[in-house]
Amino acid sequence: MQRLLVLGGGTAGTMVANKLRRRLDRADWRITVVDHDDVHLYQPGLLFIPFGNTHPEGIVKPRQQLLHDGVDLVRGEIARVDADANTVILAGGRELPYDQLVIATGVSPRPDQTPGMLGPQWRRSIFDFFTLDGATALKTALDAFDGGRLVVHITDMPIKCPVAPLEFAFLAEAYFRRRGMRDRVEIVFVTPLAGAFTKPIAAEHLGSMLDERKIALESDFLVERIDSDTKTLISYDERQVPFDLLVTVPLNMGADFVARSGLGDELNLVPVDKHTFLSTRYGNIFALGDANNIPTSKAGSVAHFSVEVFAENFCQHIAGRPMTGSFDGHANCFIESGDGKGLLIDFNYDTEPLTGAYPLPVIGPFDLLKQSARNHWGKLAFRWIYWHVLLPGRPIPLPARMSMTGKHQPAKEPQS
Amino acid sequence: MTVATIGETPVHVDAEGFLTEYAEWNEALAAQLAARIGIDLSDAHWKAIRFLRDDFPAQGETATLRRVSTLAGIPIKELFALFPGKPAKKMAYIAGLPKPHGCV
Repeated sequence: MQRLLVLGGGTAGTMVANKLRRRLDRADWRITVVDHDDVHLYQPGLLFIPFGNTHPEGIVKPRQQLLHDGVDLVRGEIARVDADANTVILAGGRELPYDQLVIATGVSPRPDQTPGMLGPQWRRSIFDFFTLDGATALKTALDAFDGGRLVVHITDMPIKCPVAPLEFAFLAEAYFRRRGMRDRVEIVFVTPLAGAFTKPIAAEHLGSMLDERKIALESDFLVERIDSDTKTLISYDERQVPFDLLVTVPLNMGADFVARSGLGDELNLVPVDKHTFLSTRYGNIFALGDANNIPTSKAGSVAHFSVEVFAENFCQHIAGRPMTGSFDGHANCFIESGDGKGLLIDFNYDTEPLTGAYPLPVIGPFDLLKQSARNHWGKLAFRWIYWHVLLPGRPIPLPARMSMTGKHQPAKEPQS
Repeated sequence: MTVATIGETPVHVDAEGFLTEYAEWNEALAAQLAARIGIDLSDAHWKAIRFLRDDFPAQGETATLRRVSTLAGIPIKELFALFPGKPAKKMAYIAGLPKPHGCV
């Protein structure tokens, strides 16, 4: 009996375990998922909690319930991976040997990495929304906010769901208008990037959406520290952005056990081959989802497309054959823009987000890089698809490989 | 992609002037690239530039500020002082490497 160990029962880990459970013979392979708790969080839902459109109980389910029969769930803190001994050691000393290991422990917001962030203003005037606690506390703060300067801030890239801070700014702008207090709120979007987004065509579209909404953009701003006395963000080059309410995305880092095991880079991300997710150092360790260092968005769609390619490859790999599938970096993200509308972007390693249409039978096509109500409903419908189709590993008519069908090609080769 | 002449040397560059061929770079060229953006290279600059050059072949990506800070031991604050405004971009330009992704 061989053992596949999956560290992390989130989006990527659950899909890996469920997809492979269907493919691997139960007499030959035992599949075990390790996580520190039994709470699976639908992370795209966090964005809506501060505005009261989603309630916390609607976006969590027990991990166990989402894993197929024949997948074991072990609850425990991972102390480290002893890659030379093919063993994972849990806090308390329990040892879990493996033949193949998948690291899918994602990234977490780390407010402790920015001096002053976890000071006296944390969860008083400084909030994150990538945790259930943070998003819930922010709802209370937004409800009580009666005007002033709202700063929406990204500490550093990469972050999971890189469009989420923009979505938050758009939704906040619409929220204050709805409350009839938009004229009393100044909104500033502070980013370490040179523009609203990384890639030129999307940056231009999204940047003009900030302009239309009178949201100021403070770019190339890398925060060094937060002064809680004056409630000010201070950058490494001494620029200052004061705030009354700060909604920040703290530095995102991979799990600490990755660093303790000597498997990570400077952000505890696992270096892998960007087409197969195989560790650059060990032939029986893969890293999927946000936990790896592939140069594309940290997003559920990337995890989904990755797992499609990986599941096929894995069967070849354990049979001793070369892996023939090659992931292209495909990402596909809805962007909420407020007032019941949204955009869609679709891109990969080589093609930046373009305008056009994204064809999909029955419910599509969706407009690319353009606001529409259908995109908003697509985003909302996705929660059902996530629980009932994606996580169980059922087939879904979204090809893993990005397609150029419907996309408008830019006249000139864009520079990325 | 076009060919530009930096000093006396023809090199391949992208639309923003970043070198596209790792092997076309040398230290004399770096000094000239730096001069074009108003930087006079000191030992402290060189420490960062050499780290970027050494790191690139294995990684296939230009190191981020955080990576330079962690692995080369140069505080981010100092990188901002050495390469004012947009240190990641300026370092990559001088080191003859692609503009850092900033990721997506």
